[in-house]
Amino acid sequence: MSHGPSASGGALVAAPPHGHHHDEPHEPVFVGEARTQLDTILSRYPTKQAALLPALWMLQDARGWVSDKGIEEIAALLAITPAYIKGVVSFYTMYHQHPVGRHFIQVCTTTPCNVCGAEDVVKSFLEHTGCGDLGLTSADGRFTVIEVECLGACGFATPVMINNDFIESVTPESVPRILAELK
Amino acid sequence: MGYPHPSHPRETPILSKYFGDAEARTLEGWRARGGYEALQKALFTDPQELQTIVKDSGLRGRGGAGFPTGMKWSFMKPDGKTHYLCCNADESEPGTFKDREIMRWTPHGLVEGVALAAHAIYAQTAYIYIRGEFTEPYARVTAAVEEAYAAGILGANAMGSGKQVDVHVHRGAGAYICGEETALMNSLEGRRGNPRIKPPFPAVAGLFGKPTTINNVETLTTVPYIIKNGAEWYKQFGRPDNPKSIGTKLFSVCGNITRPGNYEVALGFPFKDFLYDLCGGPLPGREIKAVIPGGSSVPILTREEAEGAIMDYEGMVAAGTMLGSGGAIVFDDRQCMVRQIARLTRFYAHESCAQCSQCREGTAWITRIMERIRDGEGTAEDLDTLVSIADGMSGKTICVLSDSCATPVMSGLKKFRHEFEAKIAANPAMVTVPGALRASAA
Repeated sequence: MSHGPSASGGALVAAPPHGHHHDEPHEPVFVGEARTQLDTILSRYPTKQAALLPALWMLQDARGWVSDKGIEEIAALLAITPAYIKGVVSFYTMYHQHPVGRHFIQVCTTTPCNVCGAEDVVKSFLEHTGCGDLGLTSADGRFTVIEVECLGACGFATPVMINNDFIESVTPESVPRILAELK
Repeated sequence: MGYPHPSHPRETPILSKYFGDAEARTLEGWRARGGYEALQKALFTDPQELQTIVKDSGLRGRGGAGFPTGMKWSFMKPDGKTHYLCCNADESEPGTFKDREIMRWTPHGLVEGVALAAHAIYAQTAYIYIRGEFTEPYARVTAAVEEAYAAGILGANAMGSGKQVDVHVHRGAGAYICGEETALMNSLEGRRGNPRIKPPFPAVAGLFGKPTTINNVETLTTVPYIIKNGAEWYKQFGRPDNPKSIGTKLFSVCGNITRPGNYEVALGFPFKDFLYDLCGGPLPGREIKAVIPGGSSVPILTREEAEGAIMDYEGMVAAGTMLGSGGAIVFDDRQCMVRQIARLTRFYAHESCAQCSQCREGTAWITRIMERIRDGEGTAEDLDTLVSIADGMSGKTICVLSDSCATPVMSGLKKFRHEFEAKIAANPAMVTVPGALRASAA
């Protein structure tokens, strides 16, 4: 396991905080209510494959990331190969290909936000979460901070997405209060 | 009602009338505001007639391309084939955030427009493809669809018409390119969002290989108002001397401006009045330096050019740019254009689907050079190289993402070349040491 402090003595953890792939629980995701939900989704499309993105969202909601075991499960249900699914997963930036912090923080830094000072918001998040650098997870497994390309809320610079929540007009000064409200 | 600012007297709020009005979000609230009357009427009207009304209204696609909506619909014939309607709610163009507000505040307005358009193009099934990051709009639209099914507005016997109208919401997962219509179809089918070569066009072979119409959120939300009030009513909005740009348009404004937000004005509005009167002009003590008027992929305007522009499809072309999606990004005199253009090309390099080599290699190469110049490490040859790469990217790929990356570089070099040159001149490697040439010649 690589949960311990990094070699530099800091509190950075570059590797997944929730363990490696072989630690993943073996319980299937698409059983019971979830299976019923998937069947409802399948009924909306003429092909099984069209349910792939919704199924991946269900998997990520259940596991926190798109795990290999989950991909195998989806592959069997939708009759697509796991390799194909991995190709699709890697195309989209919102599917986590490995575990991330409990609070996944995406700060928009594309041009409209950049002209309004988004880079300072990023710095503030990195400083106050103890993540050290973009894409790393804090030692306590709570936070991962990344820069994101255009969140589509340019008039409310800087928008920040924390898991599924959108926060508008974030400033470097408002970051500590935002973090304090997260459990 | 405006959002986030009170509506300005010079706005023409049709789509944005209920922005900020939480009651309009519910079925009951929407019905109290006249909602679903147009759909009720339309479901008992022949699709051909609906196509004609929309054609006569002069409505053009509000997603960026400006293609006449009625004409697009007229490609869908009563041929007995399965047809699909697809609503493009993958709003991801930097500077543009109007569809987001439509979905957040008037989700039933969108559902009504989608159901109406589905009937008008002989489709029983419609999909609303919403970008993955739009969690609140997704929740609002999903709730509206559920309410509409429960009330019998959608389903097997939509509003008692005997017609089957199904609307499903589909969530994307983070990819700008999925706003391109053929990439969107691939994504909806469970594939990587790679654009498809056209032809065949979606109207011939689109979603699941079937004839498909793809319309933007703003376009579809406008349609019920046209059906309810008639084509002639809609034609009153616009410049009398320009019958090609009819109606109102939502404009998003962001960047260095006093009142960023969404504003709805009749097409033909003077851009100068828009920036200084409606949006409050630059921040105190600052000056506007440049504007990208239609989302990040259209040519940049200098302040002088922007102040002379007219806000409609033709007016923006006359000013040397495009109306695009209607998202204006404002830069003030503090901004380094090299730095901001470099940030834009980085966006396109990140979002390239990597299918075409000109785009895959070009967006990354341009970004490396732009960032080098930004960091004071550029050389005089870099400017020629940028032009050459941009030339090799424009018009040579399956979709226009590659062109969109080249555009700010080309227009930036044309209008702010002095800023590029100043960055390069500051490069120590480029500075000639006095006497050095004579010394080496000796």
